[in-house]
Amino acid sequence: MLASSKTIGEKSTTLLVWTAATFIAIPFCWLVGDLLWHGWHHLSLNFVLAVPQNAGREGGIGPILVSTGLIVGVCMAVALPIGVGAALFLSEYTPHDQVSGRLVRGSLDVLAGVPSIIFGLFGNAFFCQTLELGFSILSGGLTLACMVLPILIRTVEESFRAIARDQRLSAAALGLSKKCSIQYILLPAAIPGILVGSILGLGRAMAETAALIFTSGYVDRMPTSLLDSGRALSIHIYDLAMNVAGGNPNAYATALVLVGLLMMINLIASRIAEQWTTKNQLPT
Amino acid sequence: MTLSSNNISSHSKTDLYFSWSLRGCSILAGSLLLLVISFILHEAWPALTQIGLTRFFTDNGWFPTEASYELTPIFWGTILSAGGSIILATPLGMLSAIFCHFYAPPLLARWYRRMIELLAGIPSVVYGFWGLVVLVPLISSWHPPGPSLLAGVLTLTLMITPTIMLITHSSISQVPTTYIHSAVALGLNRWAVIWRIVLPASRIGILTGIFLGLARALGETLAILMVSGNVVQYPSHVFDPIRTLTANIALEMAFALDHHRAALFMSGLFLMSLVLCFVIVAEALRRKTTYAGVK
Repeated sequence: MLASSKTIGEKSTTLLVWTAATFIAIPFCWLVGDLLWHGWHHLSLNFVLAVPQNAGREGGIGPILVSTGLIVGVCMAVALPIGVGAALFLSEYTPHDQVSGRLVRGSLDVLAGVPSIIFGLFGNAFFCQTLELGFSILSGGLTLACMVLPILIRTVEESFRAIARDQRLSAAALGLSKKCSIQYILLPAAIPGILVGSILGLGRAMAETAALIFTSGYVDRMPTSLLDSGRALSIHIYDLAMNVAGGNPNAYATALVLVGLLMMINLIASRIAEQWTTKNQLPT
Repeated sequence: MTLSSNNISSHSKTDLYFSWSLRGCSILAGSLLLLVISFILHEAWPALTQIGLTRFFTDNGWFPTEASYELTPIFWGTILSAGGSIILATPLGMLSAIFCHFYAPPLLARWYRRMIELLAGIPSVVYGFWGLVVLVPLISSWHPPGPSLLAGVLTLTLMITPTIMLITHSSISQVPTTYIHSAVALGLNRWAVIWRIVLPASRIGILTGIFLGLARALGETLAILMVSGNVVQYPSHVFDPIRTLTANIALEMAFALDHHRAALFMSGLFLMSLVLCFVIVAEALRRKTTYAGVK
């Protein structure tokens, strides 16, 4: 974009910029390559389905995948309705500069910055002890729901605000009530945005470890109810690496599964977002 | 249609109930922050009233089972690791954003940005694991023991560079092209345009990125816990193991009782106030218009 002159200063800054870029690229390739190299040959259908044995050194991650799915499921089942409701209220019922809306938005922005270990402490005190849910999948899922709400609400609210004003005006001109125009016009139009928001929230929930250590617990058996303790994938990696001697091969394979799942989630989200924006840019 | 409850002139109350349920959702979401803060405060209260704030700084060492609660070395651990990583990550993040926008050929720039986005999405436990099995043995062969402040700083740097890079990149790509064209017309070379025009014009965005990166580094738990050794001490050089506030909570919550537990919630409260300061500054910066102009 910019012409480069051939002075020594210019050359040395170019060198500096390329060096810095390489410094970031090397550990990235190293990390991904390392995971693939050590994890790939350990990965099999049997590993994904089998029960962990000998503290996780042998066997697979079947029950852990189920627990992870349940924790994330609880999280989304709670966060999605509340998130969409709050986003609708913020975008449809409060003007951008109204005090109540600004208060809610501000508090959510701050909540998004709270470190995950603090959510872990809160979840332990509130869900596990005050509500007496104990170390359970339910406590873990609810704690994660508090964590993903800010990102979910922000994405969904933006997708509601992106809907053209004409659509709201036409609905009002036809005499549709507010509820009806939201139900039949705005919600269907915002579905891609809601999907992207939920997928991003899902990704954040799956990557989380610190918030789950004292809420959903360590137990690696197959959970039989939501009140059982269940171990998430990320906690399994942590436990194998830190507390189990000789657990590294399985930790590599589990990390590969987790990173693979997260990359898939991100890919789907960006595909939906891309399709949605190109569709919206076309003249109607 | 006039008689249907979907009509604006109907007397049905559904609309009212609907709007109130939405309001309920938003009040619930908005009060979550208060709920979190009040529960942490409630659990930390015994520590505040019965141990007292000053003893967290004046006791002799952190031996919570023997009623000795000095957090100062742990504070230093947090500050040194987060500070060190921000010092390394700021130039790296800024330079790689500049690389992506001004230096790299278009195809490479696209792939480079995609790579950084992937890097930003890798969970912290995987960084920690990689640090533990790759970085720590490497440092150990250079200068034992291995798990150290240096390993923590390097792992955190790798984690927060993407944050700084992505925010810097989006804010330098918003600098109006007219600024750049005028500068080129005046005969400035590439680096001069970047240094004198682009960076000053996007300084607020860059600052936001740095503050958010700092907040992330301070609040990071698993990665730093896995690589930094977790010995409660004042490090005398970068190869000494350290323990951070977050690691302290994660390691001891499982068996903490009574005052020990309250002390851990207290350290959580310290951490949260520290992080929230940076987050609030970052949010305030983000709300300012990015283009105050070049001064």
